[in-house]
Amino acid sequence: MALSSPTPKSANSSAASSNNSSASALRNISFWFAVSALICLLLVDIDISTADPWAELSLMTAGALSPSVWSWPTLLSSLANTFAFALQGVTLAAIAGFTLALGYRFTLVRAFCAFIRSIHELFWALLFMQVAGLSSLTGLLAIAIPYAGTLAKIYGELFEEVDSAPANNLPPSNRRPLSHFFYSVLPLAWRSMATYTSYRFECAIRSSAILGFVGLPTLGFHLETALSDGHYSEAAAFFYALLLLIGTLRLWLHKRLLPIYLVAVFYYLPPQATISWQLLVRFVTEDIVPGPLRGQVLLSSETFNNLSQWFNALWQQQIWPGLVNTVLLGQISLVFTGLLALALLPLNSPLFMGHGRFMDHGRFISHSWKRGIGDSILVLLRTLPEYLLAFIGLLILGPSMLPAILALGIHNGAIIGHLLGRYTEEFNLRADASRGITLYFYEVLPRIYRQFLAFLFYRWEVILRETAILGILGIATLGFYIDSAFETFRFDVALLLILVSAALNISVDQFARYLRQRLQLKTVPESL
Amino acid sequence: MRIQLLRTFAALTLLFVTSISSASSANTASPKTFVFSAIPDQDEANLQERFDKVAVYLQEQLGIKVRYIPVKSYSAAVTAFRNNQVQLAWFGGLSGVQARRLVPGSQAIAQGTEDPFFTSYIIAHSSTGLEASDSLPTAITGKTFTFGSKGSTSGRLMPEHFIRENLGDTPNNLFSKVGYSGDHSRTIALVQSGAYEVGAVNYKVWDKQLAAGKIDSDKVKVIWRTPSYPDYQWTVRGDVNNSWGPDFQARLTEALLAMDDPDLLASFPRSGFIAADNNLYQPILDTAISVGIIDAGK
Repeated sequence: MALSSPTPKSANSSAASSNNSSASALRNISFWFAVSALICLLLVDIDISTADPWAELSLMTAGALSPSVWSWPTLLSSLANTFAFALQGVTLAAIAGFTLALGYRFTLVRAFCAFIRSIHELFWALLFMQVAGLSSLTGLLAIAIPYAGTLAKIYGELFEEVDSAPANNLPPSNRRPLSHFFYSVLPLAWRSMATYTSYRFECAIRSSAILGFVGLPTLGFHLETALSDGHYSEAAAFFYALLLLIGTLRLWLHKRLLPIYLVAVFYYLPPQATISWQLLVRFVTEDIVPGPLRGQVLLSSETFNNLSQWFNALWQQQIWPGLVNTVLLGQISLVFTGLLALALLPLNSPLFMGHGRFMDHGRFISHSWKRGIGDSILVLLRTLPEYLLAFIGLLILGPSMLPAILALGIHNGAIIGHLLGRYTEEFNLRADASRGITLYFYEVLPRIYRQFLAFLFYRWEVILRETAILGILGIATLGFYIDSAFETFRFDVALLLILVSAALNISVDQFARYLRQRLQLKTVPESL
Repeated sequence: MRIQLLRTFAALTLLFVTSISSASSANTASPKTFVFSAIPDQDEANLQERFDKVAVYLQEQLGIKVRYIPVKSYSAAVTAFRNNQVQLAWFGGLSGVQARRLVPGSQAIAQGTEDPFFTSYIIAHSSTGLEASDSLPTAITGKTFTFGSKGSTSGRLMPEHFIRENLGDTPNNLFSKVGYSGDHSRTIALVQSGAYEVGAVNYKVWDKQLAAGKIDSDKVKVIWRTPSYPDYQWTVRGDVNNSWGPDFQARLTEALLAMDDPDLLASFPRSGFIAADNNLYQPILDTAISVGIIDAGK
């Protein structure tokens, strides 16, 4: 497993080749997105309400500079758990995703995959916790299920996009589908699948850490505790451990060692749970059934009235306000992400970070230290889970949507900025090309703009899903109401709200897909 | 290489299935270790240390293996109790009521000496200019306000009840912003930093942190003390006697009531434990229903 960051595929559609009418379509769509974000910005609360934000910030800085480990066994075991959940989850997701991808041409399979990946891993964890408790099985499934949906989509699209020449050259008679697939499709898609899966593994480590926030014994468990108690030195130690784990993956997670690691993690943390069948049955047949329907005669007018009352009250008090806040926050964050990505991309671009500019005895220095530092900053920013960023923002800036916007923007902006920077590697500039700001605005920006929009639309659904989970921090998105429902053991309400948020994510994903097709944007799965 | 990977996948699937099946067979026997938990109401980093001592005490008293497991939220404590992952828990008033409704037969067996007359403090940042008073100042209207955990008795349920009773409206209508800090220590920190102007906090946690010098009295102060109500208690599952012997619940109750080591009691913090029963918490249930946290008749 090569753990390099994904490289965007070569650019087939640069802006240079696009005609004027499509350029104006790009301008239009960007304009309307910016306007919508500005309108949304007027509607939400972005006050800084902390009387003294610098006090908390200086404490945090002091903590970040003096990490301290209060218990090595705790740190190491939570580090191992984080790695184990991630590796097990991605392995299971890859197997399930591969199987699902074989049937990806069926609408039903695609819809199923879209559904399971539209529910955030934290919500899967909260659901499984009700029947499987705080167990290793809960952690494994919470990662494996949504990741299987994502991997199925990517694998499925890769299978569809492979060069059909080898398949066409097979004799038309006795084409056995299985041999056909294994000899003419899989080998062509294999490399991309492996690259993408290894990228998802990095995401899975972040997810695994975040699962600690709801009680699984990963890094997030202690990180959240230390942060909320204000023990910033201890929080820093856990955070650096997470960075170190992600940052050094490519040094020790080699393809050949993978089987050993896999056996080790299943031995270290076997997926198990004490499941009481009685509870499971009760959960499925009673807890998640809408309150007014429990033990009632279906199809009676009284039951129907009660149900509609129940739903109306929920709609007015939770679903509608939650939806509005989720969409507002998503829209602002999306545009902020875009702006930040454009601002950050030079950090990982050879055109701005020294490549070819510094001559060493007549040779270009191919690996610029400036770009190395620049890209490290981006990788650091994208490694910070948005949930964590929002948490820190909330402490510093006080309760409003501002910390959430900043968190989503920084995390996603860094991911897209990193990819766009790599994308500029392939640019061949004229010998007399301009430099600096002129180069950026007159050459780079027009040439990357299509790719930029493609990445951004791809990321839209992800941002929206993350918006919902920021609700757990008290920002009144759908996630806030879902968390409240779990806190008060109203699993029927929780499930309904989860389905609403899934429907929203699927709709936005479809809309983004429509926009990408209309604007003929080339998509690359790595940005997902 | 591909074949090799496929083989690995197959082997892993097998491994996964066997580990699950062995796990489920191992779990059909009754759990040997008696496990308890506690709601993470304050100072979460030291929960493990605080309650491991209690585990050691119970182990000595009962002659069986006792283990404490930490949880992240009030609801997680209740869920663990419901799933029989823990058989005993130190709950708040509200979480105890919720747990006993979800696990029929479970019993409140002991409470802290202070718990029959528990109270909450309403605290305010100095910038609000609010001063201590005998009645809830109407001037808190329009301020930003934070509760503790959504499932807390002293940090959410009872303060909300008394606010509604005294000011005649719901917190969402009265305050410009309502937040849920997650626990009492965090509530104090948030009001002290001015992130929220006013907050509701467990009086025991406040007093403990004040004594420990963790509170800056120039920045945050108590402005009102709520009337008293019953709070924390030890609740045990009704089926423990099946696993640990016919008189187990009685011996457990006895051990809890006999706890008198100040070091152990400081973990809670309580001066001692007294007997309790489910009926003591009827007022909490009624309030939770009236505030809308629990549905009536469920």
